[in-house]
Amino acid sequence: MNSLLLTARLDIVESLRARWFMLYSLVFGGIVALLFAFGLTESRVLGFIGLSRLLVTYIQLTMAILPVFVLITTVRSVAGDREAGVFEYLLSLPVSLSAWFWGKIIGRYVTIFLPVFVAMFGAVLWAMFKAIEVPWAMFFYYTGLLAAMAWCFLGIGMLISTLARSTDVAQGAAFMVWLSMLLFLDLILLGVMIQGRVAPEVAVAIALLNPLQVFRTASLAMFDPQLIVLGPSAYVILDLFGSAGYRVYALLYPVAIGSLAALTGYLTFRRSDLP
Amino acid sequence: MIRFENVGKDFRKNRVLDSVHLAVELGERIALIGSNGAGKTTLIRCLLGEYTHQGTVTIDGKEPRSERTQVLGKVGFVPQLPPPLKMPVGQLVSFAAAVCRTDAGRIHAVARRLGLDVEPILARPFNRLSGGMKQKLLIAIALGRDAQVLVMDEPAANLDPEARHIFFALLAERLEKTTMIISSHRLDEVAPLVNRVVEMDMGKIVLDDRVAEESKLSALFQVRLTLARADVAIARTLVAWQFADRADGIEWHGQVSGPDRLRFIGMVSRYVGLLSRIEMKEVDPAVVLQ
Repeated sequence: MNSLLLTARLDIVESLRARWFMLYSLVFGGIVALLFAFGLTESRVLGFIGLSRLLVTYIQLTMAILPVFVLITTVRSVAGDREAGVFEYLLSLPVSLSAWFWGKIIGRYVTIFLPVFVAMFGAVLWAMFKAIEVPWAMFFYYTGLLAAMAWCFLGIGMLISTLARSTDVAQGAAFMVWLSMLLFLDLILLGVMIQGRVAPEVAVAIALLNPLQVFRTASLAMFDPQLIVLGPSAYVILDLFGSAGYRVYALLYPVAIGSLAALTGYLTFRRSDLP
Repeated sequence: MIRFENVGKDFRKNRVLDSVHLAVELGERIALIGSNGAGKTTLIRCLLGEYTHQGTVTIDGKEPRSERTQVLGKVGFVPQLPPPLKMPVGQLVSFAAAVCRTDAGRIHAVARRLGLDVEPILARPFNRLSGGMKQKLLIAIALGRDAQVLVMDEPAANLDPEARHIFFALLAERLEKTTMIISSHRLDEVAPLVNRVVEMDMGKIVLDDRVAEESKLSALFQVRLTLARADVAIARTLVAWQFADRADGIEWHGQVSGPDRLRFIGMVSRYVGLLSRIEMKEVDPAVVLQ
């Protein structure tokens, strides 16, 4: 097995024993269990009932929790490992820096994506067992959306971990990044626009550049293809991309952001002090 | 073999390595000593390609930073503080064996010689091992392959006397074909292990001297101590050195490794008022350790 896969496997084994992973799995598994327990599949919103109603709620909750979870756990464990001397020892072994960095990202990606996906897939299996109709198109798109979101924030987390020299700084920076994205969600932008300080086009552009908003809008587009709930900004989005085009953009753009951040992180890592 | 040429390193405004020049040949065993902040760890990290720096560091003409896999494949490293790895011991050993292109069995064999049976603890997380077990495993990973350079930071600090003796014997087996750099705060901890002493202070090399080698690393001494009276404090210390009480705390017998003599005499000197007689006799380690 080559060094890349060995490092990925090492990171997976290390993560599976970490407390953050247990909490992380418990949170996403717990969300699905609670949604079933509260009878969400029997409730109806905007004509949605059954598993699609549950998936819509799950993706909305995941969108609120997953980014901050991925950012904080990634920077805590990566920067924490460096501070504790794990890097000093493991990087004294003959592993190339590219195999180490990308192997760590692959391993980490598996551990952050798997619990989120398994929880959602568990809901599908349970629905099949209970003879509830499964909206497969929605399931596959949401899987793609979760995969893109996990990659996006993992890349950003790895970049922050590389730039920050201590766990505290890394954690603070990760929280600030998440908070900034949260601040630029549509409600705040609308408020700014109403005050007339920013041109509407700028506000919509900011929303389209904010990965959190992109996910939010894409998940809305699954049950509201005309994006009526967004109001006038929906015209800009639909004129620019079209309904299907926006859904593709919502997958590709965060992947590009995550990849760019990870690549920048790798280039910085290669040129800086390792431990 | 190892060349440090005009090596400098700054952390923000602090100069931690200042124009270091050092050449180390094959078979040399260097004690790298100095107080905290002298630059020992930084120098080691530059040698391992972990720090960027000014000047050049080469091992057999190759830079550890740009040619990591070829260079670090020849270097075994034992850190002073074991990393807090949560992975199982088996995972760590198989990862190290795979990237170092060695057989996990060789690592197990070295660990077994040091008194650590790896098989029963393969599934145990590394961070749950005792300090001594961690140290033995890290030494086994460093010695369980064909490393031409051994870089060790206080390697024997957590080992019991018997494991220390076997560790010295393991090093003795590699004298001709291995270069060793042993970092320590105190010279007396490592002096018997080395044939050259390099002292650092404020990021510079302030002393570079040779050490006379009279005793073999694998030497073993039979020691008999007679005290004027029994004493709890010295008894506790001698038990830690695995000495046996032969006469109500008055007469003590035990073995001390050649390289540990200085440490042992230093320890005994604290109780010099209690000493009536001390006898040290070199014996054949192969016979005694059986």
